[in-house]
Amino acid sequence: MTPVGHDPIPATPSTHIWSKYGHVLSMGIQNTLVYRTNFLFRAAFGLVPLAATLFLWEAIYADKPTGTAIGAYTLAQMVSYYLLVTVVDAITAVAEDDWQIAADIKDGAVSQFLLKPLDFLAYRLCLYLSGRVIYTSVALIPVAFFLFFQREYLVGPAELTGWVLAPLSVLMAGLLQFLIAYTVALLSFWVLDVSTFIFIQFAFEFLASGHLFPLDILPDGLHRLLLWSPYPYLLYFPVGVYLGRIQGAELWQGFALQLAWVVVAFLIARFVWSRGLRKYTAVGG
Amino acid sequence: MPSFSRYAGIYAALIRYSLIHEMQFKVNFLLWIVVEALWFGLQLAFMTVLYGHTDQIAGWSRWEVVLLVGCNQFIQQLFHTLFVTNLSNLSELIRKGTLDLLLLQPVNTRFLISVKKFEIGNIVNALMGLVVIVYSLAQLGRVPTPAQWLGFAVVCLAGLSVHYSLMFLLACISFWTVRAQGIVWGYYNLFNIARLPAEAFPRGAYRAVFTWVLPMLLVSNVPAKLLAQRLASPWEWLALLGMAVACFVVSEFFWRFSLRHYTSASA
Repeated sequence: MTPVGHDPIPATPSTHIWSKYGHVLSMGIQNTLVYRTNFLFRAAFGLVPLAATLFLWEAIYADKPTGTAIGAYTLAQMVSYYLLVTVVDAITAVAEDDWQIAADIKDGAVSQFLLKPLDFLAYRLCLYLSGRVIYTSVALIPVAFFLFFQREYLVGPAELTGWVLAPLSVLMAGLLQFLIAYTVALLSFWVLDVSTFIFIQFAFEFLASGHLFPLDILPDGLHRLLLWSPYPYLLYFPVGVYLGRIQGAELWQGFALQLAWVVVAFLIARFVWSRGLRKYTAVGG
Repeated sequence: MPSFSRYAGIYAALIRYSLIHEMQFKVNFLLWIVVEALWFGLQLAFMTVLYGHTDQIAGWSRWEVVLLVGCNQFIQQLFHTLFVTNLSNLSELIRKGTLDLLLLQPVNTRFLISVKKFEIGNIVNALMGLVVIVYSLAQLGRVPTPAQWLGFAVVCLAGLSVHYSLMFLLACISFWTVRAQGIVWGYYNLFNIARLPAEAFPRGAYRAVFTWVLPMLLVSNVPAKLLAQRLASPWEWLALLGMAVACFVVSEFFWRFSLRHYTSASA
């Protein structure tokens, strides 16, 4: 499997595991580079609905006296919320990972992971990370262009904590995003076409993660209920931390829940994988 | 001149074949209906949340916007039933060389490519759109005359034709690059703006492009306005009909141009 021209994997046990997955990472980056044009189109086309949503909100605010807040958002705050959702989404969203994992299972490519000293979850996580590196750098071009035109709305992180805590919550959001996609894709062990499940999951995610609108413009009870689900920790929470809208006890409770969901999602992913393997019958060589 | 009845017969056979194929995977068939229904529900939920904070958006009341979302769903799902699967499949036909086989059939190739697979499940979702249309009309207290329903059918067909022509045009890019699938799905993304009131967009480049180049802000807005009896002037529906014809002509021109550039992938 070592690509030609690469150093062979050193055998010393201490560096072994890092260089092993380091190779997966660099392999992933090389493979994903093929999709760069696709990613560019995807990021650029994605800005059209975003612009539409912003126009819609501007039309709503236009009928109200200047400075009116909806929920707790002025127009400027609402626009910056959507801009940051776009940025966090570019950094963390799964692109092709779920489809590829499903295909790995369908065409029997997972068999090799049962024989090799590579963990499938860690392997896919490396590929997800390399995919995110490429996607984020490609998406940077159209997104930065867009942000430039909306720069009056783009605010810096709230306080010093925003610089430290916001990246941390984005990191955990990425992990959670990956684990959810990974687990849904593992359903391929049982069902013929997993794409319906991917889309059903995505529909809930789209609404409850705060992708469509900030969750705190919902009635208070519903908003609080949603905060117990894993979805707000994918977008709404990291963006809220960055903007300094989530503070004090809410902030720490949010981090605790985000971490808890990452751990739970990891355990579920492991469980589904082990049950799936029992069901798995490799066809062909 | 190809006879109409011959093509109708071929289409009937294709629909029957699609049905038989679909019924092999019944659970999957039902799940796709659920997926589409969920996304429709999501659109309605979004509008409900917005109207929880305002009475009107750019002059559109709550039920007028629900009517618009319903019209958009109706047209989009009909488009899905008839064309989407087929058009997004064109790049595969070219990549694998299967197109050769279709070119040799004694039938118009564009017809065959466009209607090969009939997605019966999406009709259910189109009907959901229709139910929402009728319900929101009742909420608005509007009772369209038979002539208005007929006009609605005509402008819906025009909207359908716009979607079809534009997506076909984009799919033809596959004759030059294998990456066209990304572009085709990108178009599907643009779809989403069709369900928003055109008046919410300020006059400028964005609104002009999505009215006169990619007329997304006409396809669902005009049918909804017609039923809600709020068309400002006949120019609005004439614009949609005009754009439908223009898009179709351009797509047919581009299709013929693309075919001349076609070099088969198979041996």
